[in-house]
Amino acid sequence: MKQHTLAVLVENKAGVLSRVTGLFSRRGFNIESLAVGTCEEPGMSRITIVVIGDDGKVEQVTKQLNKLIDVIKVSDLMENERVERELAMIKVAAEPGTTRAEIMQIAQIFRAQIVDVGAKTVVLQVVGDTDKIDALEKLLRQYGVKELVRTGRIGILRGAKTAGSGK
Amino acid sequence: MKTGAKILVESLQREGVDILFGYPGGVVLPIYDELYDSSLKHLLVRHEQAAAHAADGYARASGKVGACLATSGPGACNLVTGIATAYMDSVPIVAITGQVPTSLLGNDAFQESDITGITMPITKHNYLVKDAKDVARTVKEAFYIAGTGRPGPVLIDMPKDVSTGTVDKVEFPETVSLRGYNPTYKGHKRQIEKAIEYIATAERPVIYAGGGVIASNASAELVELATVLSIPVTTTLMGIGCIPGDHPLNLGMLGMHGTEYANFAITESDLLIAIGARFDDRVIGKAEKFAPNAKIIHIDIDPAEIGKNKRVDVPIVGDVRLVLKDMLTLIKKAGAKDAWMKRVKHWKQHHPLKFKKDGGLHPQFILQQMNELLKGDAVIVSEVGQNQMWTAQWFNFRHPRTWITSGGLGTMGYGFPAAIGAHFARPDLPVFDVAGDGSIQMNIQEMGTVAANKIPVKIVILNNMYLGMVRQWQELFYDRRYSYTELPPVEFVKIANAYGIEGVKVESCDDVMPALKAAIDCDGPFVMDFRIEREENVFPMVPAGAAINEMIGGHTPS
Repeated sequence: MKQHTLAVLVENKAGVLSRVTGLFSRRGFNIESLAVGTCEEPGMSRITIVVIGDDGKVEQVTKQLNKLIDVIKVSDLMENERVERELAMIKVAAEPGTTRAEIMQIAQIFRAQIVDVGAKTVVLQVVGDTDKIDALEKLLRQYGVKELVRTGRIGILRGAKTAGSGK
Repeated sequence: MKTGAKILVESLQREGVDILFGYPGGVVLPIYDELYDSSLKHLLVRHEQAAAHAADGYARASGKVGACLATSGPGACNLVTGIATAYMDSVPIVAITGQVPTSLLGNDAFQESDITGITMPITKHNYLVKDAKDVARTVKEAFYIAGTGRPGPVLIDMPKDVSTGTVDKVEFPETVSLRGYNPTYKGHKRQIEKAIEYIATAERPVIYAGGGVIASNASAELVELATVLSIPVTTTLMGIGCIPGDHPLNLGMLGMHGTEYANFAITESDLLIAIGARFDDRVIGKAEKFAPNAKIIHIDIDPAEIGKNKRVDVPIVGDVRLVLKDMLTLIKKAGAKDAWMKRVKHWKQHHPLKFKKDGGLHPQFILQQMNELLKGDAVIVSEVGQNQMWTAQWFNFRHPRTWITSGGLGTMGYGFPAAIGAHFARPDLPVFDVAGDGSIQMNIQEMGTVAANKIPVKIVILNNMYLGMVRQWQELFYDRRYSYTELPPVEFVKIANAYGIEGVKVESCDDVMPALKAAIDCDGPFVMDFRIEREENVFPMVPAGAAINEMIGGHTPS
């Protein structure tokens, strides 16, 4: 069982997301993360899905995805050198004069930005790979994490190679 | 100016639809109003499920795309079993459903159901049309998707305001362009050459042919390939008819209720040539013990079937017919595999299918009599269960598309409505539905349809007053505890008569042939209620999950 990051290029049509995710749930996969957005081609979207499964099962679900009419192309990014990133926003309890300075220091080390400061909280925005975000979250737990949101992972291949658009 | 409903009906006719199986209702009123004076023929069924099955039966018997129509909500939901049946057996149908007006979508309106959501996992594709100007293109795409590549059902959901909406200048597209849909038809040349090399060196080859051979109309090519190379052929339930039943190379069906000689041949083979088949669990039993010593060549149009259940040595993705044609141009006449052929022939002689000849009314005898009378010139449809397996084993099919059955989904109640559809595809042939007393009662209301329209479907009820296949499993694996499988006797002839249909009850062997002849002589539908031996079993039988050469009622290969 290993992690796979699938980049799925789809026609931006109603229902396409449930067609794609339905295939995973029907085969008993739990989707670890999901990110959807428009992409380099007008009228198309790219769905990035992270799943854990053995290679054979992931190959089967990839083939089934390719059969969907609205799916243009499926690539498993794990087969190549790639950059993967995720963005998280973390709301942490931070009373002025107590822990606030410490939190700001941690933010600096992680190259996280403070995007909101309230009377009793600050919001950190961090970009990085999953491990980095996990590490920051773990550190911030001691101060009291009020809320945490993550975009889900996206990835892109290194060099001139692309996830492609032909089917 | 045309309404969406009118564009729909015209589009269907442009796609060559000559009959629409359907049932009216509130939101399809505009479509039915168009049908009222259209030249497109419509058959009113008695339950929407039957409309879907009839479209499916029509498609299987004709090779064309079948079409059905139902209203929103319950009408659409009643199509679901029929759509799922077509999906599992890769049958091309287009199902059209009415939907509440777009302004009410998602409102829990009267008779609203999210039918595109419901049918997402059981259709090849589906559409919710939101504008009358999209109707023509949608119908064009739907028929193209349903009938090409690996065929399958497509659903079009038509909200009422789309049917009533108007378009000033309608354009009916001639072609379809779908970027995400490009099936591979031509097999990879190098892979085909590799397959030929494997065949040349094989000593014990077997062809395992499935429904894909029928779907791609490749029966002639298959028989030619088998004959030139002298390779025995076993067929799946869906592949029956692709090689004549009495062809010397035909080993009959393999798998759970396959012949002993087919299962032996698979088990001992050193090369398995799987053609348009998908290594279903009812065929392969325990996967590791299926053709354990064989290299496997797998030809299929769907890349997702390759390597799904069994590792494959030579995958060839493509249309079965085109691939076989390519293979035929490359093969040289193979050296006769005398020892292997002798062994297979020996099994065939010594371990034939058999049943007790004790004067009792056995279903196998009835099927033999049907053989004698029809000589393969009929469309035989079955329900699901013992009736289906006995027919698959005992009827001698001689032509493709004359055997119609629900294989993948195993839908009881499929046969009778599918037989109605098959009649419209093949009005030149007699159509028989072989049923059990359980399954016929799942869509028995269609007696109303055949009676009203004088559709000459002949119903053979193998009546044992049990849900026979489940009873058989209870006998064999649950210590004869017949939990809810016994059915009280039903006088089917009286039911038929009430609908105005003729029929006869048969209780002895001597009366079988006269009953069959009476059915053929009758212009309209006809019901035969055969009171068969109640605890007759389907043998041989591979228990679920066992190796296919370990059969109940079977032998060790001699």
